[in-house]
Amino acid sequence: MNAIIFSAIMGVVMMFTGIFTNKKPVITLTAIVALVILLVANILNSYGIFSIQVDTKDLLHFNKMGMFFNTLMIAGTLLFVLLSGSELEKLGNKTADFYALIFFVLCGTAILTSFNGMLMLFLGIEILSIPLYILTGSDKKNLKSNEASLKYFLMGSFTTGIMLMGIVLLYGATGSFGMAGVSNPATPPSAGVQTASFLQVAGMLLLFAAMSFKVSAAPFHFWTPDVYDGAPSVFTSFMSTIVKAAGFFAFIKLFASNTSLLGPTWSIILSFVIVATLFAGNITAIFQRSIKRMLAYSSIAQAGFMLFALYSNNDLGTEGIILYTVAYCLATIGFFAILMKVKDYTFDGFNGLASTQPVLAFVATICLLSLAGIPLTAGFFAKYFMLASVVKAGGPIWLVIVAVLFAAMSAYYYFKVIQAMYFKEGQPETAEIGQGFKFGLLLVAVAIVLVGVLPSLVLNCFYF
Amino acid sequence: MPIQYYIYFSLALFSIGIIGVLTRRNAIIVFMCIELMLNAVNLLLVAFSKMHHGIATTNNAVSTAGVEGQLFVFFIMVVAAAEVSVGLAIIVMLYRNTHSVDINFLNRLKN
Repeated sequence: MNAIIFSAIMGVVMMFTGIFTNKKPVITLTAIVALVILLVANILNSYGIFSIQVDTKDLLHFNKMGMFFNTLMIAGTLLFVLLSGSELEKLGNKTADFYALIFFVLCGTAILTSFNGMLMLFLGIEILSIPLYILTGSDKKNLKSNEASLKYFLMGSFTTGIMLMGIVLLYGATGSFGMAGVSNPATPPSAGVQTASFLQVAGMLLLFAAMSFKVSAAPFHFWTPDVYDGAPSVFTSFMSTIVKAAGFFAFIKLFASNTSLLGPTWSIILSFVIVATLFAGNITAIFQRSIKRMLAYSSIAQAGFMLFALYSNNDLGTEGIILYTVAYCLATIGFFAILMKVKDYTFDGFNGLASTQPVLAFVATICLLSLAGIPLTAGFFAKYFMLASVVKAGGPIWLVIVAVLFAAMSAYYYFKVIQAMYFKEGQPETAEIGQGFKFGLLLVAVAIVLVGVLPSLVLNCFYF
Repeated sequence: MPIQYYIYFSLALFSIGIIGVLTRRNAIIVFMCIELMLNAVNLLLVAFSKMHHGIATTNNAVSTAGVEGQLFVFFIMVVAAAEVSVGLAIIVMLYRNTHSVDINFLNRLKN
């Protein structure tokens, strides 16, 4: 409960900060302090030392897993603000409002990690999404940002309608908004046999489609490249990491006990979605000329891997999604922080970065290696756990082979950036880079390697 | 009235909304169609709520079953209102820059 209450309060605090001061560094500092308070409050809550108790009438259910995930989300946001806060300040003079919206998004993620029923799922998704529509359009004079915002908004609210229809059909079939309605067939009072009614199956599929949209899984991924490309880079970095991970957590939580309703059809649908997502993400990423757009497609490809946790639905999958979140957040936030310092977002813009900015090029290389899943980086174990969980769950081996092939394919477009930085001549234009920023980036690189060598460091925290 | 009528009517409204979203090119009308979808959902929720209440009260006269469906409707209304305020702001922002609310405009981003 702490995470929800504190993030909402901190959001209001940030709005008031905007009234009392116009100095942007002060606002960023306030946001950092607020995030640290939120982080501490959530960690205290997960150890049971200090927690605000509210009777939620069983609408929310707090468990260790959810609270640990909250900790990861808040820590990820803290890292994001520390590395990219200065870029955020450059967007107009409403810096405090942007931070307030980020805190409201965190409130949404905290609800999504603890919902226990459709009502809170719906509210969580909306609290998460509505601030994002605004953040996407925050660069008001930029047409690309406007378009991305309108597109995201129209598609997002369209999906909300679909999701609500799914929820209502489930309600009609089962008579409750509980989680059991998604997974267990409703028992008609008269008949002794368990049968899933048409309403229930239709409702579940609509819900599945809506959640796939939110995590940008194919064939519902068409908004992702345009929105991620059009949004200001700062918020792309936030959206593609924190928000996506929270979406996945909700997705997995919602369909945690999924097998009984659709039977074997479920795994067929899911393997189709996984392969389609990996295909759509990886193949299109190869042909991009802009690195930002390439990252948008690669985030679809990474979503394909994260979907394996939904497929396997066991302990290993749970550990895998945690590791994946850590690895993906670290690498993407780190790489976006570097990308924002380079003026030109095309591959040619990175030519010769290693000679002018060796630290940036080095950290970017580590981040890209981690995204590609090369051993000794965090991304390797993240992918390994995902695939191992499918094998453990008795999933088809061809699915694993396809995933490995696509992972190998992804190395191509990640290595193209590394090649541009180290083996091509050029004078890339970069913004002013401070010592603190370089130090922070090196810490990210160290963290990626550390998690890559000892993944148990993260997982042990989870079991405390 | 039997529940089927409500289901058919709501699904018809919902489908009109979906078709409108997919075919119309004016951002405001697309937006209205989305609202239509949400309202179809609201109607269906209330109908289902009444149905479950009816089933429950045949066994137990003081049952409160079905109340949560009606409550959900309020939440949908509140969220829809929040979405309207954000959405119209976005459309106004776009209109200021381009003097048009045409959706075809959005294809420009792909290049």
